[in-house]
Amino acid sequence: MGKPTRVTNEIRRLRFDRGEMTQADLAQRIGVTRQTIIAIEQGRYSPSLEMAFQIAGVFDVPLDQVFQYQPKGAPST
Amino acid sequence: MSYEERGQWVYIIVGVVTFSAYVAFVLSQAATTAVTEVDYVPAMLWAIGIAIALSIAGRILIEIVRPSETQVEDARDRDIGRFGEYLGGAVLAIAMIVPFALTLGGADLFWIANGMYLAYVLGSFVGTTVKIIAYRRGF
Repeated sequence: MGKPTRVTNEIRRLRFDRGEMTQADLAQRIGVTRQTIIAIEQGRYSPSLEMAFQIAGVFDVPLDQVFQYQPKGAPST
Repeated sequence: MSYEERGQWVYIIVGVVTFSAYVAFVLSQAATTAVTEVDYVPAMLWAIGIAIALSIAGRILIEIVRPSETQVEDARDRDIGRFGEYLGGAVLAIAMIVPFALTLGGADLFWIANGMYLAYVLGSFVGTTVKIIAYRRGF
């Protein structure tokens, strides 16, 4: 329990690239709480595939520009 | 802290306080009489009733003092909720073996009822604790 997710993300950078979009604004756009956006950004929660696509859609970028998967044993970037 | 996480804190605090008060009452009565002679039924019903009332009142009070940004449950809340209920349910199922065995063994109603109450409290405690840890450390 509490296992860190192997999914990393660029949400924080993408938010700032989009005119410093707030976590609350992103949360409202995809219909979740701000705490869930914080948890995703900090790698404490892996969103569902549907939510991941929704987030990528907000930033209008492909999914792999938002989320990356770090296989076990792979060096972290 | 989200609305749902606040609720879990209320549940665990209320659950621990009311169950502890119940145990303290039973033990105080048991000091002067045989434990199976303790009039535990009203105390147990009061403890359960007060726990339900305090949980509702606690959530309302917290929202009045410090309102949540939203009271809508989202996907993460549902995921954490299911995870906590799964583990809490497993603990409840295992813990219920004790009152079941007591029943089959013809034990006094005092032990059977309190064994069931303890099983429910344990299941609830574990489930709520797991949810809080999931909210805090990740899921």
